[in-house]
Amino acid sequence: MAEREQIRKPSPQRNDEVVEEAPVDAEAGEALKSDIDDLLDEIDDVLETNAEDFVKSYIQKGGE
Amino acid sequence: MAVPKICGIETEYGIIVRGAPDWNPVSASSLLINAYVATGVGSLDDHTGPIAWDFIDEMPGADARDLFSPEFAMPPEIETHLVNTVLTNGARYYVDHAHPEISTPEVTSARDVVVFDRAAEEIVRDSMAAANKMLPGDAEVVIYKDNTDRKGNAYGTHENYLLERQTPFGRIIDVATTHFVTRQIFTGAGKVGCELPGFGGDVPFQLTQRADHFEEEVGLETTLKRPIVNTRDEPHADSKKYRRLHVIVGDANLSETATLLKVGTSQFVFAMLEDGVLDDLAVLDDPVPTMWAVSHDLTLSKPLALADGSTMTALEIQQDLCARAHAWAETRGFDLVGGERSGRLVLDEWQLVLDGLATDPMTLADRIDWVAKKRLFDAFRARHGCGWDDDRLRALDLQYHDLRVGRGLAAKVGLRRITTDDEVQAAKTTPPTDTRAYFRGRVLQKYTSAVVAANWDSIVFDTGDEPLRRVPMLEPSRGTEAHVGELLDASDTVADLLAKLGS
Repeated sequence: MAEREQIRKPSPQRNDEVVEEAPVDAEAGEALKSDIDDLLDEIDDVLETNAEDFVKSYIQKGGE
Repeated sequence: MAVPKICGIETEYGIIVRGAPDWNPVSASSLLINAYVATGVGSLDDHTGPIAWDFIDEMPGADARDLFSPEFAMPPEIETHLVNTVLTNGARYYVDHAHPEISTPEVTSARDVVVFDRAAEEIVRDSMAAANKMLPGDAEVVIYKDNTDRKGNAYGTHENYLLERQTPFGRIIDVATTHFVTRQIFTGAGKVGCELPGFGGDVPFQLTQRADHFEEEVGLETTLKRPIVNTRDEPHADSKKYRRLHVIVGDANLSETATLLKVGTSQFVFAMLEDGVLDDLAVLDDPVPTMWAVSHDLTLSKPLALADGSTMTALEIQQDLCARAHAWAETRGFDLVGGERSGRLVLDEWQLVLDGLATDPMTLADRIDWVAKKRLFDAFRARHGCGWDDDRLRALDLQYHDLRVGRGLAAKVGLRRITTDDEVQAAKTTPPTDTRAYFRGRVLQKYTSAVVAANWDSIVFDTGDEPLRRVPMLEPSRGTEAHVGELLDASDTVADLLAKLGS
């Protein structure tokens, strides 16, 4: 029980490490945004023409 | 003491035929596989047709709970009449219910599971191309690597792990349940909406495809009343030494990192369980609703009720398991989890992903399927000003899993690769070197016309003038390149091989 209490509250040192390991710099953020914009442009071409019919007609039998 | 965590993955794929409404899924799945076999790549003797699967040892109704079996069991039926073949990479390719399914060969490392899972995707792509040539006009078979039609019908992506027989099954249940419910935070492939009655619009998007389809904690079923821990006791190996844990809770992942972690963290967890270092692991109080709750909680902050009355979040339980795995590997090394290359990769990615989930999950859009989907869908909703109930989002959600080149969105969202194209291509036809799958694959390559049938733990040969000979392979870690590579190289005929094996 005592051990579990410890686990539930990560130590401050651990939190510091977390911040260092996950840097979010503005440049990377911009690159990601332009990637997703390009993808959205492309998706408009790739997307099934009648989304409603496509979604309705995707019927599978159960398996396993 | 733990045994090596030999493992594999079985994927049932979604299937439709566009432009030819009269094809049913069983005949379409048969067409897909027969068309692949007919290409002669990695599959057959072109004189005699596909190498048959040998059903002699199949007993999916056997229940790990032994005595309780008759009360609960609804043994799965074995469909011996449907297409069912063995590939030269050691895999099984067959029609299961109304889906095409590929079971990877047995491997020792999570990284190799990723390689053979990707090879299976490539085999499916080749199969689509071959099948489409046999369909009239513009009709085409389309395969989806997903787990649900979003209308309540689910199909599985099953993992298998070699466990030692002596571990009490009750311990396996407790530890496996805790891991399976909490690992959803990185194994989830994401899904728009919810298939649980009564939840409706409260869950616009969730972490996993599968959680909604689980109703029991423990059981033998796989097709209805699905249990978090499946008790099928069919080891396909020496049953005095081993059991095979048949894991049915997982999502089909398109991200290689997610597949690596789904399998790799489980290898560590089961090895640690057998080494007795998880005896004080958190036990969930009410696993089934907890499994749903974890999948539905995009904030990853919901406290989960534990059997001892305390609470932890899924992330905290995974942080605990990850820390224990690092400590365990310090003393035990990586031999039991497929070697240092894969083992270290799993530990590093596990830590990195948990850290990312703790700070900003969106930083993991190149690693985790549900995050990649969420990022794309959020951007789509912002651009088009639409809600989660928009049919276009549901269509995108399906198209993420579309395995057609140029159509599948998973290939376009920038998921990080672990494998190389060369090793994936090689794995379509070449078996792993460090399990009995090596023997199976090499024998199929070299003595194709003499192999009558094969399955996980034996191969039946026809040498021509003697009765058929069955070679048992009950030890999954034998029959490796190190054991039989030279023997196979030096044996020109099956008769030579059998003489040397017998001597």
